[in-house]
Amino acid sequence: MSTNTDPINPCRRFYGHGIPGVQLEAITGKLIVVEGADGSGRSTQIARLVDWLETNGHPTVQVGLKRSTLVSSELEKAQKGNILSRTTLGLFYATDFADQLENIILPALKAGFIVLADRYIYTLMARDMVRGMDEAWLKNLYGIAPEPDAVFYLSVEPEELVQRNLAKNATLDFWESGMDLGLSRDVFDSFIKYQTAIQAVFRRLQKTYDFNIVDANRSMDSVTKELRKKIGALLDE
Amino acid sequence: MKTFAQLNFPGRLIAVEGLDGSGKSTQIYLLKRWLEAEGIKVYFSEWNSSELVKAATSKGKKRELLTPTTFSLIHATDFADRYERHLLPLLRAGYVVLCDRYIFTAFARDVVRGCPPEWVRGIYNFAAQPDLTIFFKADLEVSLNRILEGRPKLKFFEAGMDLGLSSDPYESFRIFQGRILEQYMAMSDEFNFVVMDANLHVEKQQVLVRKLVGERIDLKQFKRRSPLPLPPAAPPDDKATEMEEDSAA
Repeated sequence: MSTNTDPINPCRRFYGHGIPGVQLEAITGKLIVVEGADGSGRSTQIARLVDWLETNGHPTVQVGLKRSTLVSSELEKAQKGNILSRTTLGLFYATDFADQLENIILPALKAGFIVLADRYIYTLMARDMVRGMDEAWLKNLYGIAPEPDAVFYLSVEPEELVQRNLAKNATLDFWESGMDLGLSRDVFDSFIKYQTAIQAVFRRLQKTYDFNIVDANRSMDSVTKELRKKIGALLDE
Repeated sequence: MKTFAQLNFPGRLIAVEGLDGSGKSTQIYLLKRWLEAEGIKVYFSEWNSSELVKAATSKGKKRELLTPTTFSLIHATDFADRYERHLLPLLRAGYVVLCDRYIFTAFARDVVRGCPPEWVRGIYNFAAQPDLTIFFKADLEVSLNRILEGRPKLKFFEAGMDLGLSSDPYESFRIFQGRILEQYMAMSDEFNFVVMDANLHVEKQQVLVRKLVGERIDLKQFKRRSPLPLPPAAPPDDKATEMEEDSAA
């Protein structure tokens, strides 16, 4: 990166108190978030976006949940035993998020990279809210997060998600089915109920956080086309 | 903020707070021994001791990976795990729970590290107020000397080295502890701390602690009625006793 001609984003802000000692004014990169359930095509779309962006000369960095150096393996281990209570689980994920935020996301944004986040605080909040955690508590907790430049929520009907997950793995994931909630002893029923509840929360959060809801019941290609169009417009600004 | 008694929990929670070297751990250990001997259902929980979270915390500390934000969050995770899995059920079952450090440690330390006070307090707002909080207040120099006279190797975060206060760990520790003490004193009234003169002789302090606990908590309500489960088979050596002494030191 020789000459940096990107305009400084004047309206970039944290959702709440932010991170001690971090100013967002100097940030020139872009933060783009893709949200959606397992089977919504999130990972495929992100891989395609990375290809497209890098081909067009944009440096990219990818982050996602449970990928921090600090706690990812411990979190994974604790989840396997399924003994974490909801506040603990929520705070463990928040720690994982904060570690990546400070060590990857913010430095990359400062260096002018495009950061693609495979899920962000909205999934974390939605999961906790479905488990009965207080929304105000979560908003305070995630006040450390910077507001992204764009958020795309890939929305797929729960029935279609079931088909896609079974086609791919021949099983439904314990956590993606919300089995810890005891909604149903039947994984299939639990998955549908849990994903329906998560989608309801996302629609509610959409009003506050103003993200783009993308109909991802469609083919991968048409979703890619829509994402490129919107991100292209964002980069041309 | 309501106490466990005000929330109608059958159990009671006693917390001790103070600087490193204030002698609070020795005092709460002796309190525990007394309550056990009295046949009280008692449980002891230490700051930063959750089996699930500890591994991540010590890795973060060893490799100096922690920022003020992640330092705060990982300790909150640790606390939440102990609170939800141990403290709450025990308090429901009528135990006297003893905590060596409680949320006030986070309120003091994390704020000194630069986290916004409202943010830290908001995170911990799921926790109720202890029924009794004893703050062990030694003169700053006394606490510092207790820790420093052995010229121990101060750990990076323990000395507050992440704050860049001084490149000398001992100097950094002094400044850091002084700031934590200021934070504690500022919240003392708000959270009803009972301030104990920690410059007094250890045994004299314990007499005062036991008297205070006896006055504040109707201990006979917390006597064990069902017999204790059989103890595990005795270890081949005296390791168990040694470990107890270490944690009390």
